[in-house]
This record gives sequence, C-alpha cells and structure tokens, in this order.
Amino acid sequence: MAGSWNAEPTLRRRWWLYLIMSVALLLVVTPFVWMVLGSVKSNGELRSVPPTWLPEQVTWENYSQLLSGLNFGTYFLNSTIVAVVVTAGNLLFCSMVGYVLGMLEFRGKNALFAVIMGTLMIPGLVTFVPLFVLVVNAGLANNLLGLIVPFLVSPFGVFLMRQFVLRLPPDLVQAARVDGAGEIRIFAQVILPLLGPALATLGILTFLSSWNNFLWPLVVAQREEMYTLPVALALYSTGQNVTDYGFLLAGATLVVVPVLVIFMIFQRRFIEGIATTGIK
Amino acid sequence: MSATPAPPRRAAVPARRRSAGRTRQARAAWLLSIPFLLLFLVFTAWPVFQSVFLAFTDATRRDLRSPFAVDFVGLENFAQALADERFRKAAANTFYFVLVGLPLTLVVALAAAVALNKGIGRLRSFFRLGFYAPVITSIVAVAVVWRFLLHPDYGLVNEVLSWVGITGPNWLGSTTWAMPSLIAMAVWRNFGTAMIIFLAGLQGVPASLQEAAALDGANAWQRFWSITVPQLRPTILFISVTTMIGYLQFFEEPFVMTDGGGPLSSTLSASLFTYEEFSFGNYGYASAISYLIFVVIAAVTVLQFRLLRERD
Repeated sequence: MAGSWNAEPTLRRRWWLYLIMSVALLLVVTPFVWMVLGSVKSNGELRSVPPTWLPEQVTWENYSQLLSGLNFGTYFLNSTIVAVVVTAGNLLFCSMVGYVLGMLEFRGKNALFAVIMGTLMIPGLVTFVPLFVLVVNAGLANNLLGLIVPFLVSPFGVFLMRQFVLRLPPDLVQAARVDGAGEIRIFAQVILPLLGPALATLGILTFLSSWNNFLWPLVVAQREEMYTLPVALALYSTGQNVTDYGFLLAGATLVVVPVLVIFMIFQRRFIEGIATTGIK
Repeated sequence: MSATPAPPRRAAVPARRRSAGRTRQARAAWLLSIPFLLLFLVFTAWPVFQSVFLAFTDATRRDLRSPFAVDFVGLENFAQALADERFRKAAANTFYFVLVGLPLTLVVALAAAVALNKGIGRLRSFFRLGFYAPVITSIVAVAVVWRFLLHPDYGLVNEVLSWVGITGPNWLGSTTWAMPSLIAMAVWRNFGTAMIIFLAGLQGVPASLQEAAALDGANAWQRFWSITVPQLRPTILFISVTTMIGYLQFFEEPFVMTDGGGPLSSTLSASLFTYEEFSFGNYGYASAISYLIFVVIAAVTVLQFRLLRERD
C-alpha cells in the first residue's frame, strides 16, 4: 500500500483518533466549564458531596457580592484602562521603530538593533527591583501610571514589527520619496496601513499579557483603588475569603471570560501570529 | 528614477543629493525613535545596569530614596544565597518543576500537533481553539479554579477518582502531591503554544521525504522518529528554550495555589523566594538571586543550543 499514508483519512478509519482527541478536549475545557457552572451555585451546593454538575438553583449572588461589596467594577475598569493604553503605546511606538529598523538607512542602525535584541533575552525578574525603586521615586506608584508607563514599549514589539516591515516592497517607499513625501508622512500614510495584520497580532498579544500581568501590579498597586483584576482575585483568594468558593469562581469567570471572547473573535489572526513568531 | 535598473540608479543620483537623502533618512529615523528610546532607556536599559549594581550591595527598603548611598558587599549576597537552606530548597523545587514539566509539555504538545496534522481534517481548527484556550487565560484565575478542582472533599478530581475506587489525596496539602499538581496545571496551561508552533513546523516537513520512506517500507512509527523529529529539530529547540525560560521563573502557581510555598515549602520556587526577599525589603539580596536565576537560564539555553544543534 505505497503512499496510502497520504490518503485523506476517512472518518471511519480515524474514528479512534477522533475519540481520543474528543476526550482530551473535554479534559482541557473542563476547568472552564466547572468555573462557569460553579460561579452560579450557592456556597452550600459547592460544598455538597458528591459535587453536582448543573446548578440545582441558579444564583447570581456571587456576582452581586463581587460587584457591590468588593469594587470588582473598579478593578475591571483598571485592568481595561491599563491594557488599552499599554496596547496603544506598543502599537504606535513599536511600529515606528519597526519601520525605522526595517526600511531606513542610517548610521547606528545595527547598534540600535543589537541593543534592543540584547535586552530581549533578559528576564523581567532581573530588572524587577531597580524598576520598582525607579517607579516609586518617580512618584508613579500612587496611580495607574505606574502600571502603564514601564510597559508602553517592548523590545519584542519592535522585533515583531521589524520582521513584518522587512517583507514590504522597498519600491513603495522609493516611489513615495520621488513624489516628495517626507519619511514621517510615508510611515503614517504608506507603511502603517499595510501593517494591519502585524498590528493585530501585536495588539492582541500585548493586550493579553497586560490583562493577565500579575507580579508587577501586585507590587506597585499600593492602594486598593489601583488593583487590577488578577491582583484583587489573588489577594482575596489567599485571605479570609479562601473558602468562599462561589465568590472566587465568579471572580475567576470575570477575569477569564472577556479574554476568551476576544480570543474567539480574533482566533485565526492570533494563531497565525503565534506560529509566525515561532518560526521567524 | 525607480524605472532604471538597480546598480546604475545609485550611481545616477548625484552624490550630493544622495547624501542629502541619507541625512533626511537619518533625521527621520532618530525622530521616530525618540518616544521608544526614551521609554526604553529609562525603564529597560537603566534598570538592567542598576540591577548589576544592586546585586553587589546591601541595599534594603530603607535605601529606597537614595539607592546609591549603599555599601558594597562584594559577593556576599551570592555566598549568602548559596548557603541559605531555604534558597537551596527553592532551587531544587524549581529544577524539579522544569525537569518534569518541560518534557511533559513537549510530549503532550507534539502528540496533539501530530494528531491534528495527520488524522484530524475537518475539525482541526475547532480542536486547536479548545487546546489553545488555557494559554490566554490569567494564571491567577485558573489557579483559583484548579485549587477548587483539587479540593480533597468537594473537588471534581477526587470525585472522579472515587468512581474507580481510589481515595484521592489532599493534593495541594501534601508534600508529595503538591508539586505534581502544579506541574499538571502548568502543562495544561502551556502546551497550546507549543502545539501551535509544532503544527506550523509540521507543515514544513516535505511530503516527498515521507513518501520515499514509506516506499522503503518504513512504518509510521519509524517515519516519525527518522524523518519528522529530525526535521522538527529547530522547532523543538525554539520551544524547549522558550518554555524552559518561562518554567525557570514560575511564580504565580505556588503563590496562588499553595499560599506561597506549600506544605514545608514543597512548592517554593526560586522566583517566589526572590519575591519574598524583595517584600521583606532585602533589595540587594533579591537582585543577587535574580541574577543567579538569570545565569542558570543563560547556561541552560546555551546547553540546549549545543545539544539540539549538532547533527550527525
């Protein structure tokens, strides 16, 4: 049966594979299902042995407790503001430098690129302490700026944008120069519109990492009004609420579901972006 | 100008105009880089330099306002770390986490990618979506959920085990089971990224190679080991390096799931130890430890390049 491995596998021949993969998929998504179902169960029901799958009685009490009693609305807003501003900063500033490194010729270009790539290898843990000292002394630790400003640009973002700019035809820029356009106008009107897919990839990656960021806001957010969602959830889950499962599962749902929805909408572009960063 | 062939075009432009164009480009380049450079120098480059300085000093929280008015202590921080029983425990736990977690993540990811690439046609993107979902979620949130799933009395895991007559342990409260629980969660949360990159890599394995081997009578298993795996070498290298760098710094899992360190510090990680020392105000000591972790990351990365690059 030479070459038979190449034949399009039929559902009948591969039924066992579909079965295994379906069981695996079920295992992978079970924590999410359990989280959402648990968030609308009462604490009494969550403690029943054996556990119930579907809620016997749907209750919204956990959510109302989160939103009214504990300012989760504020934390949600903080997370959103931080993630949106950080994403906007990265998209603008990193694409500018990506264009500079990918399309322009000037002295010092290779050195600039080498320095940026060098810091890409250094783990965040290393700069953590001096960055904290800096942010506190600059007076940024008392407001959301302390969560935003250090993350407005990233070496990774520059690298990603440069890789995409390198794929664009240089003739486009040459033609615009002949027409008398300045470099900055060329960037804004010729290059930026062509970077759509790259901006989408960087935008989603940046938004997600900001939304899920934990260690930095945990340390910098010194007042309760500055908490982001993960910080609030972590602090409540290790304090006196540690056994208030319904409340914690509702909090986890509020953190996870917006991100899952964004992911569902943009998943194709997103996954292409991941694969690209992996290969390049 | 753009219509003329490339080499003469350069020569055709008068020297003065060309250099004027270069100057214009250089000016635009630095102008466009200003916002990035300012933020980069202040919030990335400067902290890198200062962290080297801090690691050799006795800086504490009291020196926060004047971080340079501190005493040099040479290598004392590093010596203290290596002699610190708790740090050694944290280092051992971190190696345990990486040595078990990294191969597991690679195997699960590769198995899923091969299955999706070969066997699953129509539903591929559906499965891909489901397997990738854990990656994008907050570790804090999923740690809260997993802690509930692993609860000894009300948890789903022990309930399912009881169906087959097994009495499950108190997962996160046991010195034996706490770390494997964290590893299971890490594999669950991270294999999706590796799977996506493996899938992209698998598309690059030429079908003609597979065909030729099949003609020579190699079975699927032999083809996998002698064609697919060697062809995937660069992909495996990339994934193991990036995954390992992340795993060597694992922090959120023990912080949220085992209340910072677990029973008898059985889940205390090196990053968590650094964070503890930082929160005690020992800034110099914390910086030194973060450099120890960095050195290990760099060393293991180089080692992996050596091991996986060489071809026979």
